[in-house]
This record gives sequence, structure tokens and C-alpha cells, in this order.
Amino acid sequence: MSAALSDVAGAALAALATVRDPELDKPVTDLGFVASCAVSGGRATVRLRLPTYFCAPNFAYLMVADAYDAVAGVPGVESAEVILEDHFAADAINEGVAAQAGFVQSFDGEAVAELGDLRAQFLRKAVMAGTDQVCRPLINAGATPEELVVLTLGAVPASPAMSRLKQRRAELGLPAGDDAPLLVDPAAGAPVPAAQVPLHLRKARVTRAGIEANTSICSGLFRARYGGGWTV
Amino acid sequence: MYTKDGEKYFIVDSHMHYWSAGPDNWVKGAEHYAKGWIECFHAYQGLGPAETHWPIEKFMSYTEDDLMKDVFEDGYVDVAVFQPTYLKEWYAEGFNTTERNAALGEKHPGKFIANTRFDPRDGDEGLKELQRNVERYRSKGVKLYTAEWNNGSRGYKLSDPGCYRYLERAQELGIRNIHVHKGPTIWPLDKDAFDVSDVDHAATDFPELNFIVEHVGLPRIEDFCFMATQEPNVYAGLSVVIGGLMHARPKFFAKVMGELLFWVGEDKMTFGSDYGIWEPKWQVEGFVDWQMPDDDDLSDYPRLDTAGKKKILGLNAAKLYDIQVPAEFLVPAQAGQPAAKDDAQLVSGS
Repeated sequence: MSAALSDVAGAALAALATVRDPELDKPVTDLGFVASCAVSGGRATVRLRLPTYFCAPNFAYLMVADAYDAVAGVPGVESAEVILEDHFAADAINEGVAAQAGFVQSFDGEAVAELGDLRAQFLRKAVMAGTDQVCRPLINAGATPEELVVLTLGAVPASPAMSRLKQRRAELGLPAGDDAPLLVDPAAGAPVPAAQVPLHLRKARVTRAGIEANTSICSGLFRARYGGGWTV
Repeated sequence: MYTKDGEKYFIVDSHMHYWSAGPDNWVKGAEHYAKGWIECFHAYQGLGPAETHWPIEKFMSYTEDDLMKDVFEDGYVDVAVFQPTYLKEWYAEGFNTTERNAALGEKHPGKFIANTRFDPRDGDEGLKELQRNVERYRSKGVKLYTAEWNNGSRGYKLSDPGCYRYLERAQELGIRNIHVHKGPTIWPLDKDAFDVSDVDHAATDFPELNFIVEHVGLPRIEDFCFMATQEPNVYAGLSVVIGGLMHARPKFFAKVMGELLFWVGEDKMTFGSDYGIWEPKWQVEGFVDWQMPDDDDLSDYPRLDTAGKKKILGLNAAKLYDIQVPAEFLVPAQAGQPAAKDDAQLVSGS
């Protein structure tokens, strides 16, 4: 019995590993955001915590709602509760997610749309940053823009960065097969024209630098607040 | 003034504070916001060297003596620019008001520049207050915290018509420098609160004003860089970049500096300690010693030489604020490297 219970709790934790911070593009489990995850009598209770009291409420809402969906879908979980702790908008977010009310209703009068566009906007940033992660070693090894522009995803050696890039592109509905070009416009999915490649790579690089800098600062703030945390 | 290896640096701290954030100043019923805000700031201090960390009690209520010692006596700063943030919904007397700053500044002639602020949601009364402050404190700059809460509103954008009215009036009154600070809440909440495209619009429509984006748009450095490279009157305020990354994450500091030097250029980057979050001493010393590391990932970023460091640490801000800098601190007009023009054209053509 206890083994079965811990299996469900383990599955719930594994499900939480699929939930990402949309800005930092990392699993909430790696970031230390999951303070606890317990399952008792079919009821899952997850506590989440963030680097600051004032972390942006839209991203916080996405993480709480995604955590709820992930845990509620685990076999053996009959009901789920996700509680964001130590956050200025915790009540609105926790109650809104529990009631499956959506973002607009949870923040009455303060929001005009659900968060799909925001999520897609940050997935596009993740695709740009991922493009630099994949291309940087090739560029350091001497690859020219002319060589990169004709590469397909299948022509680049497999790596964790490569599979992450493919996954993010698939999530956005961008071409993600082996025959798809390595360099695509993250908004439309069209191949990047040769003349635009140097600028595209520059944008990819600064996008990655921005996300890395944010992650650095968030990790420091998280550590100041809760100790531990993660490194990048 | 800072001297190292025979080189003299004139230091302008273009972004610093004198706040009052202790429980005696918390608004009844909003204590959790006031406490949450200052605790968040305090966590940022944790990104600096351990020997510069303060206990939260001192951090909430540092004194005039602390400030004068940390900034001027130990911190090498020649002129400091006060950047007020009001937050009166949370702090009864305001977090860091123009009046509080100016009262300190008046005791130390020549040391401080007292910027003021405005909030376009304050209507006609706010315009009058802006005029009073500019006339009384001879402010040449304003600090805008666009995520400030105001009577149920969670923020505003520089591109709002109400804000344009204030920018027009500020310009008439002689304001030249608009320091912009983005925060985590704004209306509507489903949009990215840190988006800087409103600054882009305002910078285009007010070409005679300078827009100094504090914290280089963090956490949206990439959006800031694309914008700054196209707008000649947009500057990168380095507060938080040096304080939050140089010590804690040197590799990412190097990358961010490389990106800023590429997209924005050393002529449009300004040092700000963000005191009392971080003391300027270690920031000035570390920045003068800093060099782009020898690393494949960083090899094609622009380099920063002594002349560039002199500009960033003081000369650029001195130009923005008409501060007379003695000749011994100046650099030749052609020294250093501006951002690559070709790349700026590439971006604007894309």
C-alpha cells in the first residue's frame, strides 16, 4: 500500500518536471520551485514557491495552472490542489486555478485575455535562445553563415540542446522534422533568408544571454529567500 | 574620483536612492506589500560580495551618515543622481521621495542631482506638482516606475496619451532625461509587464529627450537591445547589471556586457550603483579591473578599454546632466568604440 502511494507521489513529481517557468525555459522541479508534493488518499497537494514576492503574476499563474493540469492527469490522483506560497497575488492565483476560472476571471478587471499569446511569445524566445545553444558550438568550430543556412535539423549532431530546440519548435507548431531548416523565423516558421542569417544569429545570441542573465539573478534571489536553489 | 594604475576616473552614480522602508513607514493594511518590496530589494543585495551585505534592519532604514560614507567617502562617487520612487500606497511618507532626497542634497551642495518623478495617472494635479518640483529642485531628469500601483491601477505605459501629455510638459519645463524602470505588474496583466516597446514609441516621438532604461530592460535585455540600437536617444542604465551579475555570475556579466557593447555601445551606457541595494565601492573597483574573459564564446564581442570605462563610469552621465568634469578626467573625443553602425542598419531594415 505504501509502495503504491509513493509510486503515485513519484509519478506526480515526474509530471511536475514537465512544467516549465515560461521566462526561464526550465522545469520548475530543477528551479527548486516545488516546495513539496504529496499524495494522500488520491488527493495530491503541491506547494510552489518563487524567487520573489513580486514575481510577475501572469507567469506565476501559468506555472500554477500547468502544475495543476500535470498532477491532475496522473493515474491514481483523484483531486489536486496547487498552492502558490509567499506571493502578493497568491490568493487570486490559487483560488482561480482551483476553480478552473481562467486568468481573466481570476484577475477581474485587470486582464483582458487568457495567457496563450504570452506563452507563445516566450516559447519564441526559447526557440531563439535554443538556436544559439545549437549553433554556438558550430560557429566556434568555424561554421560560416553560408554553411548554417543550408543545414537541416537532421544534419546537426544529436545533443540535449538539439532535442530541446526541436521540442520547443514542435510546441509552437513550427517545422520540427529532420528535414526542416535549422534556422527559421520563430514567428512564421519560414526559413531565414541567407542575407538575414548574421542578424538572426545575433538576435538568437542576445536572447540567450538575456534568459541566462535572468536565470542567474532569479537563482540568486531564490537562494537569498529559501537557501539552496540551483545553478546555471 | 577613483585612481587606478595612474588613470583617473570621474564617477557619476546615475541611479541611487535614499529610502525609508522600515515598519514605521508602512501603510496600515498594506504592510505585506511594503515588507515584500523591501525584502525583495534586500535579496538583490545578496548578489554582491558577502562583506557588503547588511542586516535587513539597516537595509530598511540606512542613515544619512551611512549614505555619505558608502557613496562618497568610501565609494569614490563625485556626483550622485537621486532617483525617487514613491510607492505611497505601501509607504506612508513615500518610499523615496523627491523631497526626502532633496533635503539631504541641500546639506551637501554639489554632491547630488535631485531628479523628480511623475505619474500620468495623477491628472492635472500631478502636472502642477511636477512643475513645483522642477522649479524648486531644478530637476533635469525624472524617474518613471511604470508598474507603480495607483488607485486600483496596476501600471501605465509611456505610450499612453496621458503620459505623452506629461512628457510634453516635462520637456517644456526643461527636463531632458527620462529614467525608465519597468516592474512586474501593469495593465492588462496578461501582457508582458517588462515589455519596452512603449519606450521605443516615446523615444521616437520625443527625439529631444533622452531615455535611460534602467537595469537595461532586465529581464528583457534582448528587446531593449533591439530597440536601443535603432533609437539614438536611448541609453542603457547599468544598475543591476554590475551589481547583480559582476560578482555573482561573472560569465553571464561578460556576455551581457558583450551584448550591450555590441548593440548599444559604450557611449550610451551609464553606471548606477542602485545604492542602498549595493555599495558603489566594490562595483567601481571591480568594473575598472574587469576585462572580457578569454573564452571562445566571447571572442567576437567588442572590448572595453580604459577610455570606455571612464565614459561608462561618469563621462556619459556627466554629459546628460551638464556636470563640469575637470580636464584631467576627460578622454579624447575619438577614444573607444561606438556600437557597430552596420548592424544597427541591419536591424532597422529587418
